Amino acid sequence: MQRVRSSRRALRMLALAALGIGLLVSGCGPQYVLLHPKGPVGLSELHLMEFAAIAMAVIILVVFVLFGIAVVRFRDYPGNPNPYTPHWHSHKWLETLWFIIPAVILAVIAVPTVNVTYALAKLPPTKDPVVINVTSLNWKWLFEYPNQKVATVNYLYIPVGKPVLFHLTADSPMNTFWVPSLGGMEYTMPGRVLPLWLEASKPGVYWGHSGQFSGIDFEKMFFHVHAVTESKFTAWTHRLRSSAPPMTLAAYHQLLRFNTVGSESYSSFPASTWPSVSHGFTLSGGMYLLKSNNPNPTAQH
Amino acid sequence: MPAFLLYLVHTLFPPDTRQPTELGADFMILVTGIGIVFILTRYQKWRWLWREWLTTVDHKRIAIMYLIAAIAMLFRGGVDALMLRTNLALPNVRPIGALEYNEVFTTHGTIMIFFMAMPFIFALFNAVIPLQIGSRDVAFPRLNAMSYWLFAFGAILFNISFVIGGSPNAGWTGYPPLTEVAFNPGPGESYYFLSLLIAGIGTTITGINFLVTIIRMRAPGMTLMRMPMFVWSVLTTSALIIFAFPPLTVALALSLLDRTFGSSFFTLGHGGMPMMYVNLFWLFGHPEVYIVILPAFGIFSEVVPTFSKKRLFGYTTMVISLVSIMFLAYGTWVHHFFTMGAGPTVNAFFGLSTMLIAIPTGVKIFNWIFTMWGGRIRITVAMLYQMAFIPTFVVGGATGIMLSVVPADYQLHNSYWVVAHFHNVLIGGTVFGLLSGLYYWWPKMFGFILNERQGKVAFWLFVIGFWVTFLPQYLLGLEGMTRRMYTYPFGFGWHELNLISTLGAFIMGAGFLALVYNIVWSLRYGERDLTGDPWNGRTLEWSLPSPAPEYNFARIPVVHGVDEFWAMKESGDTLANHLRPQDVKTLELPKNTGMPFMLGLSFFVGGFGMTFLWWPIAIFGGLGVVACLLYAAFDYNDKKHLPADVIRHTERSWGRLQA
Repeated sequence: MQRVRSSRRALRMLALAALGIGLLVSGCGPQYVLLHPKGPVGLSELHLMEFAAIAMAVIILVVFVLFGIAVVRFRDYPGNPNPYTPHWHSHKWLETLWFIIPAVILAVIAVPTVNVTYALAKLPPTKDPVVINVTSLNWKWLFEYPNQKVATVNYLYIPVGKPVLFHLTADSPMNTFWVPSLGGMEYTMPGRVLPLWLEASKPGVYWGHSGQFSGIDFEKMFFHVHAVTESKFTAWTHRLRSSAPPMTLAAYHQLLRFNTVGSESYSSFPASTWPSVSHGFTLSGGMYLLKSNNPNPTAQH
Repeated sequence: MPAFLLYLVHTLFPPDTRQPTELGADFMILVTGIGIVFILTRYQKWRWLWREWLTTVDHKRIAIMYLIAAIAMLFRGGVDALMLRTNLALPNVRPIGALEYNEVFTTHGTIMIFFMAMPFIFALFNAVIPLQIGSRDVAFPRLNAMSYWLFAFGAILFNISFVIGGSPNAGWTGYPPLTEVAFNPGPGESYYFLSLLIAGIGTTITGINFLVTIIRMRAPGMTLMRMPMFVWSVLTTSALIIFAFPPLTVALALSLLDRTFGSSFFTLGHGGMPMMYVNLFWLFGHPEVYIVILPAFGIFSEVVPTFSKKRLFGYTTMVISLVSIMFLAYGTWVHHFFTMGAGPTVNAFFGLSTMLIAIPTGVKIFNWIFTMWGGRIRITVAMLYQMAFIPTFVVGGATGIMLSVVPADYQLHNSYWVVAHFHNVLIGGTVFGLLSGLYYWWPKMFGFILNERQGKVAFWLFVIGFWVTFLPQYLLGLEGMTRRMYTYPFGFGWHELNLISTLGAFIMGAGFLALVYNIVWSLRYGERDLTGDPWNGRTLEWSLPSPAPEYNFARIPVVHGVDEFWAMKESGDTLANHLRPQDVKTLELPKNTGMPFMLGLSFFVGGFGMTFLWWPIAIFGGLGVVACLLYAAFDYNDKKHLPADVIRHTERSWGRLQA
């Protein structure tokens, strides 16, 4: 009986732990950025996450209940009244059921997964999406606005309520471009350009970070996304064009050095800082986006 | 001459490595080394060490050497983990800097996967498989010893990087271009590629060896569908190893060429493509996670029936699910890089294939529960680990399914959610499984039982520590914390959860110490296993004395069904019942050989030379390898005879011979 009591104690501890976790999650404040998305991409990703979590909770519940009953009922102690069936070792229908239960639950998750995967791979139809060419460097972020002709380092402005198309590449080891408040990440890889679109539905300043380890100062690769109204965005680009210094090739080479820098702004940037197809870079993976919704990102070349 | 010495010191101990922790480690290694040499000399054990252990080809001794290496590496990897967690306990407080942190998380991951989990599963393969299938040895005993020494010297080469020259620091996955010389000068990444290449050869050979052993060496009557489930799991694991390690070998070798000879397979110049490495690495990497989890599934399939006193439920569906996991394991690797722009079709395909693999895994969970259903469950330490495994692994699997939901993965990729998930399945699955198997088969390996009471203390510390460590990490993932940051600023709300997580890591550390204490205490005072069957087991290994004699079976048993030994016990039969003196024949056994050790040493010397680009040393090591292989090929004197009288004497002393 000593043993039975100790396992009850263990169960109670588990229940307490579960309660504690529940409290933590339910009381989750704004620091849980993934649970408080500020844009449609993050929101649809969160919905899917929640949907999968509920489906998984069903499985977890079924297993925990069955397992709990088995452990409580079939302990080896003298006088256990529950049946002992040492030769019961197969049951056609039960074993078939084991295949069906997970298959059904996974099918339920699979359908929206595929739908949303395709949906998020397409830029929503819009008149004039903002295009930002992102280059990760050691250990800083360069943002170039090919249509607005301005460039920034370690911060960027985007208009609220409009999809923004990011073209991602690297002139450094790999990183991932991630603004958790707005949506999921995508790799920045040297020699390739990958597309990602995000949209902010509320004005605000959102932090972003690299998700892929890239060397000694990787931890410092934070950047800030300022989501502002469209008029403010236009005003900001005008201000940059009129007052910020132009980026020269020499300045770009300064950025290539292995160090960290603060925020920087430029009124223009040299076209050769962005990989062009004619230079032998591939756009694999990004092709479908660039073709269908090509906002003329390579026009500068 | 002094210039030469200066060069040597500067190369082997560059300024980066002259940190207090590393100098401390240097000192400890020196002291331990001198201590070992002193003890061996003082008690005149050199000859014993060489004859009985370093040259052995006996699978049971090789198992013990694998186990010792695995536990030592668990210690090293665990200390690494505590260093990482200490650095993250508080925001902006960093006992170790970025340079060391990057080395430590790289070695933590590499060691835990390649030099802890792999030798641990091989320890149990070696200790159990020949006994379970009623065989005298593995198919290729010498290759088995070669596997061990290639692994061991690979591990040594990897571990000395910490004190000589500097550790690798690009993560256990070693993605280029970060491993390129331009971004990563110094010997660290060369150490990584070379040691994994050397150990990888050993692993591939082990896979071949056990596949052949299981196919060819089963006792008469043991059809495939009568094999114990652990044997099935090792069969599928071996097949996975054989097909999964070549892509890794290719990826590592090409990266090494890039570093050493300036080729451009994965580097930026001349059209190299870093993503090709990622592809090849995970083509190995995903089967690898099944390589370490399937043996754990096999262990649970042995532990649950034994301690539930009931036959395994759903034997056929267990086999079907093992084999389907084996095949599906090759079809999911892209889910490690959904966010590398493969496009929605590829991503959707691999998301679905990942979900698909959860189905056979779910089947196994239900079958274990229904093995317990209607049984009589004894709560031993081995069973406790299994009972912790089911809820833990189900949660880990569920969070893995959430990662297979492609759009969700875009948010969770490389966040602490992923860190929590794979520790949840690797610790909750593989490590719980291996510890369960350790307690279960320990008496068979060593002849005494690990103290159960102390084992339970270690168990609770370990399991509670595990949950306290990794539950907060899921939440950290939802808070947007990315992995591999060596410190983090205040103001993201990350500090509380990190502190809790660090606390949990130290509880796990205490659990490890309790485990070691349990082993050391039991070594001295543990209950001897005189019957050979301490758990009332069901499979053939329990029909032998503990530890099993060198030849395992005096006469090979004939198998009539699943759980042969249980059937024997039910009918009041034993192996000894029919063993008459005239049945015992003189046996031909493989002879000990120093070649595998020398081969491993040659690889080590060659690898060390290549790491520092000291070509004479590298060539010398390479010639050593060739010489060892030539010697092995032309050494026909590789068998010894064990006279029938010796066997009769041994069997009689166990009371296993009819008068």
